[in-house]
Amino acid sequence: MMPRHTRLSGLEPLVITPDLLFVNVGERTNVTGSAQFRKLVKEDRYEEAVDVARQQVANGAQIIDVNMDEGLIDSEAAMTRFLNLIAAEPDIARVPVMVDSSKWSVIEAGLRCLQGKGIVNSISMKEGEELFLEHARKVQQYGAAVVVMAFDEQGQADTCERKVEICSRAFELLTTKLDFPPEDIIFDPNIFAIATGIEEHNNYAVDFIEATRELKRRFPDSHISGGVSNVSFSFRGNNTVREAIHSVFLYHAIKAGMDMGIVNAGALMIYDDVPEELRERVEDVVLNRRSDATERLLEIADNYKAKKGEVVTESLAWREKPVRERLSHALVHGIDQYVVEDTEVARQEASRPLDVIEGPLMDGMNVVGDLFGAGKMFLPQVVKSARVMKKAVAHLIPFIEEEKARTGDAGKSNGKIVMATVKGDVHDIGKNIVGVVLRCNNFEVIDLGVMVPTQKILETAVAENADIIGLSGLITPSLEEMSQVAREMQRQNFSIPLMIGGATTSRAHTALKIEPHYKSPTVWVKDASRAVGVAQSLVSKDLVDAFIARIRAEYAEVRERHKQRGSGKPLVPLQKARAQRFTADWASYEPPAPRQPGITVFDDYDLAELRHYIDWSPFFNAWELAGHYPAILDDEVVGKQARELFNDAQAMLDRLIADKWLTARGVIGFWPAAGHGDDIEVQLENGRTATLHHLRQQVDKPVERPDFCLSDFVAPKSTGKRDWVGGFAVTAGIGIDAHVARFEADHDDYSAILLKALADRLAEAFAERMHERVRREFWGYAPDESLDNKALIDEKYVGIRPAPGYPACPDHTEKATLFRLLDATRNAGIELTEGFAMYPTAAVSGWYFSHPGSQYFVVGRLTREQVEDYAKRKGWTREEAERWLASNLDYDPD
Amino acid sequence: MSTLPWLHPQRVALLEKLLRERILILDGGMGTMLQRHELDETAFRGERFVDGHDSSHAHDHPGSCDLKGNNDLLTLTNPDIIRGVHEAYLEAGADLVETNTFNSTRISQADYHLEHLAYELNREGARLARAACDAWEAKTPDKPRFVIGVLGPTSRTASLSPDVNDPGFRNVTFEELVSNYTEAASGLIDGGADVVMVETIFDTLNAKAALFALSELFHQRGARVPVMISGTITDRSGRTLSGQTAEAFYYSVQHARPISVGLNCALGAADLRPHVQTLSNVSQCFVSTHPNAGLPNAFGEYDETPEQMAAVIGGFARDGLLNLVGGCCGTTPAHIKAIADAVRDCAPRTLPANTQVAA
Repeated sequence: MMPRHTRLSGLEPLVITPDLLFVNVGERTNVTGSAQFRKLVKEDRYEEAVDVARQQVANGAQIIDVNMDEGLIDSEAAMTRFLNLIAAEPDIARVPVMVDSSKWSVIEAGLRCLQGKGIVNSISMKEGEELFLEHARKVQQYGAAVVVMAFDEQGQADTCERKVEICSRAFELLTTKLDFPPEDIIFDPNIFAIATGIEEHNNYAVDFIEATRELKRRFPDSHISGGVSNVSFSFRGNNTVREAIHSVFLYHAIKAGMDMGIVNAGALMIYDDVPEELRERVEDVVLNRRSDATERLLEIADNYKAKKGEVVTESLAWREKPVRERLSHALVHGIDQYVVEDTEVARQEASRPLDVIEGPLMDGMNVVGDLFGAGKMFLPQVVKSARVMKKAVAHLIPFIEEEKARTGDAGKSNGKIVMATVKGDVHDIGKNIVGVVLRCNNFEVIDLGVMVPTQKILETAVAENADIIGLSGLITPSLEEMSQVAREMQRQNFSIPLMIGGATTSRAHTALKIEPHYKSPTVWVKDASRAVGVAQSLVSKDLVDAFIARIRAEYAEVRERHKQRGSGKPLVPLQKARAQRFTADWASYEPPAPRQPGITVFDDYDLAELRHYIDWSPFFNAWELAGHYPAILDDEVVGKQARELFNDAQAMLDRLIADKWLTARGVIGFWPAAGHGDDIEVQLENGRTATLHHLRQQVDKPVERPDFCLSDFVAPKSTGKRDWVGGFAVTAGIGIDAHVARFEADHDDYSAILLKALADRLAEAFAERMHERVRREFWGYAPDESLDNKALIDEKYVGIRPAPGYPACPDHTEKATLFRLLDATRNAGIELTEGFAMYPTAAVSGWYFSHPGSQYFVVGRLTREQVEDYAKRKGWTREEAERWLASNLDYDPD
Repeated sequence: MSTLPWLHPQRVALLEKLLRERILILDGGMGTMLQRHELDETAFRGERFVDGHDSSHAHDHPGSCDLKGNNDLLTLTNPDIIRGVHEAYLEAGADLVETNTFNSTRISQADYHLEHLAYELNREGARLARAACDAWEAKTPDKPRFVIGVLGPTSRTASLSPDVNDPGFRNVTFEELVSNYTEAASGLIDGGADVVMVETIFDTLNAKAALFALSELFHQRGARVPVMISGTITDRSGRTLSGQTAEAFYYSVQHARPISVGLNCALGAADLRPHVQTLSNVSQCFVSTHPNAGLPNAFGEYDETPEQMAAVIGGFARDGLLNLVGGCCGTTPAHIKAIADAVRDCAPRTLPANTQVAA
């Protein structure tokens, strides 16, 4: 069933789904609302007029409103010329256009220029039903959605009751006399100016909000929009108050169901950012809460007014504060727009350029750090703040260098940290976040990147005279690599502290497998928010001893507990586990043959299709915002940040899809296969065979619960049934490096990290989508499956896609076999590192099993007996097997 | 507009019934087939245009104009050849054939000073195809044959400037296109077309003008015929010439409530696949495609063999993407036969649950 979503288009589609929450329609390309735009059009300066549209889109307008209604302009000609001009600008034309005029002839002129599906703003029953329906039919013929204004023969509706009545009548006419789709109807129940001093106007905002609530209830597929700036019209000249009114008004109207609005996309003030005194009085006015509300707002309005003569266009009151406070504001709010000019002002005021960093910039970052530490700011904001900081510092560097050359004074940082993702691993999102946060706290961070060999890390630490080494990694083999680095540090007589971080690292692993190998401080860091505290403790002469003593005691206790655990529930012998295997009723089972056996390659998969399959919860977790999507967007604590991050992510997704920053490639394959003990024998096309090695649970379970091994899900040869196994490798990260480099060159770590996180999500979405298509089309054993994204995320499907290196098949090296079978490097552009990490990082690979009884499980701990058996099957020595399976061993290897 | 009754209700009911039962076969390229006849200027002129202009029309262009290459004119001057092409495709298994009217608009015929022929070319083009279909339907009554009246893109684009120095300039207006398409569509309907297809859409605004013209025409006549829409992704960027993605393109034409939407021309089947997939994902109506026989080689010829093309298209069909399939440039009756064989046993794409086709 296809939901009734409004489906608009410019060069690209805009589907208005409920998760868009609120669609911004850019208002600045309107001669009645923008004096600047009017001037440009009047003076025939169309090139600059086009730039206004470009800025609107760049600032997040999802649709642009174009209005040329002005007595001295030939409106039809201007509408035609302007729309033709922006049609030639792909970065503008990608969004739909709202053709805005009170004259039908101008609307029609506009519609004749739009190849996409736009919106007409507006039609009404002002001149009767007949003309209304005639215009509506034309709108339908031109292929546009329509804004219906609450206006009838009697005039414009100002009460809630009239608004609802007129809109309902219009809806009825459009859907019965014509067959206008409900989702293409957008009501404008009239936003009128409040606080005008005229008592009848006081309830206008409330009338709008209440009408919105009722209309949304009656017509859930339709939308509610309005020209937001009307509401604050009586505060012309005081933009701070106007933006505050808009913000408060929208806050309540959106809650009531308003889902579209004509706004200045670049200048929306955040509800929480409205100063409390102002917000309270504005709220009184908007919600008509007290009879003296207007007077009370007027009383304080001037305090928020820009000084005379100054051109204040947006909510820029903070721009009038002293430079120190401006820098602090920019840092706290992550605004990089003015930071270079402010930094320059500060530099000229300072005696040394370094003072700017150590003074106002560090003060600002300290505020950021305090807010972050207190849980009042969240990671995405901190990273944005860091972007501002980086730009400021970049501006100062040449001056500092000059100063240094003159005086030899290099300034001081908190300390120097060499960081790296260890050899064999390519994951760096978390490490980069930690780097940013540390830099924000005045640590000098030397980031060596990914796949860094031990020796390079150690040499750099020596050469740079580093205070700390930080190691990061995501895949399990990296754990072993970190332990190697620790041993090597000990062997080379290092004494600086070692910090350990990354998704698979843990306090237990660090305590058991790393810390014992290195005599100097070794500390596991749980996440970015802890990194600063740990690093500061490690470099502080006053704190370090107590801190280390505490850590050592803690780790010793972890080790002690681990030893005790040895006497916990013992594993069963391999033979017993095998006897308790999962057995299907093979005799009555016909394994499905794939519809498309062999290899299928996807060269350039449509990212727009994949975005619908994104599982957002891990995305928020990557930014250390805890919670599940979509509930997280309304979370009391992190909701606002989550939403902001989500909006940034959506905007970047739009761009990365539109401009094809990334290419998604993938390959899948299916081969005849038979279970053979704990292995799977795969029949290849050239007559050869390949063996997939798997591990079995050895948990002591009651008889009715099997000890699983993946090979249990494939029919053994002895059954005489021809069964199959599949494999896949997909990536969404082809081409990412250039864009990450571009952001980094622009000191924009926020965007760089955001992009990487999105690429990861797209790769996961690709794996999910591909698995769905495999079930429905390529293997085709569930052709009629129909699950929504939530059901997919909850794994409600038949069959599984376990990935080598993850719980059901923890041996990463099996990826080599998978990649060979798929020729994944050639077919999908994914390479394997020596640690069997995939590159590009945004990649997923795994096996497909179709048996209805197949399920995900955790292999868990292994006895030496199974490790020896596995080593034999793999052609390894036991030591090799113990190295690759280090995290699964139930014993301490010799 | 879509509440209007059908002009030929039984034909529409039959077509919709067949579309739900199986994948229907469109015909293949016209140009490739005509090239085989190696026609010269005389053949194009026939008797009526023997002096390089229309002897039966007192128009203001007394001079002579070369008419070779005006393939649509052959409908009048060499109807047997055109009929022969239709017959060859019907024999190969086509359920629907497209009229020889790709360039039969005032704007396109103006290149030959024959703009006054627009209506006649469309009406006669439809009649020729009608006659061929009726003859085959009589021969094989269990396999009804349908005439698709073709509205081509014209040689101009309404949303692109031909002048690099003035991106706001246009050499054709929406209104001109509407009047061109109104005239052409009247001819097609009067000549007996079962459906009208707006095809090879480079510029969606041109297509929107055609759709606007059709809806006005239906409104005036008080009855409508089903509309098929087929866009063109011009290169591997995955966009139309005017810059739209396949999904944006579909949303731009969805208001016409077409019976089908699809993609044709410019690319071979393999390159079209992701975009057909996109349409198949979002479309509320039936989905069609008629790709070229691969990409043109250095000589402008199309090399993909019937077997190669059928193999790729068979994959589309197996994956449930298609309701209608045929060929465009470079395809021949052999291609169509191979495609028909390849998709015969595949179920057609099913419509999304809440869809009412052209209802």
